Amino acid sequence: MSRRGSAERRLGLLLCAPAIIAMLLVTAYPMLYALWLSLFRYDLRFPDERLFIGIDNYLSVLSSAVWWQAMFNTLVITVGSVSLELVLGFVFALVMHRTLIGRRWVRTSLLLPYGIITVVAAMSWRFAFDPTTGFVNVLLGLDGAWLTERWSAFFVIIQTEIWKTTPFMALLLLAGLTLVPEDLLHAARVDGANARQRFFRVTLPLMRPVIGVALLFRTLDAFRIFDTVFVQTRGAQGTDTVSLVGYNALITRLNLGLGSAVSVLIFLCVLAIALLYIRGFGIDLTRRRKR
Amino acid sequence: MAGGADHGRMERWCWGAGSVVVIVYALIPVAWILSLSLKRSADLGDNRLFPQVVSLEHYAAVFRDPQFSAALWNSLGIAGISTLVAVLLGMFAAYAVVRLEFPGRRVILAAALSIAMFPPVSIIGPLFNIWRTVGLYDTWAGLILPYITFTLPLAIWILSAFFREIPWDLDKAARVDGATPLKAFVFVIAPLAAPAVFTAAILVFMFAWNDFLFAISLTSTNDARTVPAAIAFFTGSSRFQQPTGSIAAASVVVTLPIIIVVLIFQRRIVAGLTAGAVKG
Repeated sequence: MSRRGSAERRLGLLLCAPAIIAMLLVTAYPMLYALWLSLFRYDLRFPDERLFIGIDNYLSVLSSAVWWQAMFNTLVITVGSVSLELVLGFVFALVMHRTLIGRRWVRTSLLLPYGIITVVAAMSWRFAFDPTTGFVNVLLGLDGAWLTERWSAFFVIIQTEIWKTTPFMALLLLAGLTLVPEDLLHAARVDGANARQRFFRVTLPLMRPVIGVALLFRTLDAFRIFDTVFVQTRGAQGTDTVSLVGYNALITRLNLGLGSAVSVLIFLCVLAIALLYIRGFGIDLTRRRKR
Repeated sequence: MAGGADHGRMERWCWGAGSVVVIVYALIPVAWILSLSLKRSADLGDNRLFPQVVSLEHYAAVFRDPQFSAALWNSLGIAGISTLVAVLLGMFAAYAVVRLEFPGRRVILAAALSIAMFPPVSIIGPLFNIWRTVGLYDTWAGLILPYITFTLPLAIWILSAFFREIPWDLDKAARVDGATPLKAFVFVIAPLAAPAVFTAAILVFMFAWNDFLFAISLTSTNDARTVPAAIAFFTGSSRFQQPTGSIAAASVVVTLPIIIVVLIFQRRIVAGLTAGAVKG
């Protein structure tokens, strides 16, 4: 190794060190600490009764109905919002891709939901669906208290998520659409492929990597859902999500042992989802494409 | 080919109508919260989409509330400092990743990626406990640290995607032409890198401005409580009345800056958001 090479290596590591340390200090270390805490009976209200109990916390979480209901709810919200977002995101992306007039306007207005604070968006939709202040009931000629019943509450939560995050999906997909060569679509048209065939046989396969990345990030995001549910129902009417269960155990009830077991389980779920996607879509996220 | 032209016009109209639908859908909740904030207290329950009489009473009330002014100041300070530090550290790392040959280049990108996927709820318990013992609970620093951590991946990702496009050799050319290294950097490289840095800063700021989970878990008073947490825990003048008007007005106040930023820098924001995903 030449002297210049080793100096370059040193500089590279030196420049990366602060970022690496900052990233590990606040994630890896607390995560290991959570793993450690999850093996104890440890309630901050009774700190003296701290006791090593092995995997008992995991057993009580995994045998509790609350956890499994929250897991079911989280999956309902994740699958419901991400699948609809994909469809809607594609429609929005195609609209942006194909309109000639007002394209800028569409893009600008789509960025607003992305930029708005999630808590604010959740509040706005909560007030909109509220029977005393809202306009939704009047608009639809209905008379429902949406957030006081389980499935209608899910509807409001999922629709809030969709509103807030479809723009992200649409913008990623639009970026993917611009990578599909116009010549190829034209050639397919000349060869007699109709619009649907062109979309499913040409556009979609070419966009597979982009779709994979968009779905991966949105699924993980949706699985971690917290803000919207906290603001709209606070987990009432059986709408708890896993993040809410974790938050309640840790911060509301100060039960660090049990809460940490929930934290570790959520971490494992996220890991599993990520691996599933990376395998399923063959996403290689660290590869650098050479042009 | 009159039929073909007709077909083309039809298609254009359809896409045009589609755009209008998209715009309306995106704007409704924004318009709704604005309209709610402008209604008189007595009209809040009138179920109308638009206020009959425009009144600024809720804005006056919100700005009289010390809780909200404190939260606004906290949010600006915490998000601002987090952005500054995250973008600075991100710049170092991105420069190294793009320009230098050293082992572990892939490692840093992979680390950034895993943290982008990391569930924040998994570490709020430990952070809560550690922060209480080291005195960071309910302080600015207590929120700034996790924000830096969770925005660094975004910063590194965006910056390295953009830095890759910069023709770095231009500074050599400038130096051949007689510029000093400093001059070459200030007049050639910095202007090329500035848009990337700026884009990363906008998106990082939005993230910190938006966070709710850390804000409610690691703070308890006006000392460090940020806007999203304050809005969620707003208490009205009386305990029995939901402070709908104040929440709406506060929401508009904190949404306005974002709307302005989005309007001015939309091209950059879109480029930044899609940089990582498409260019890989």
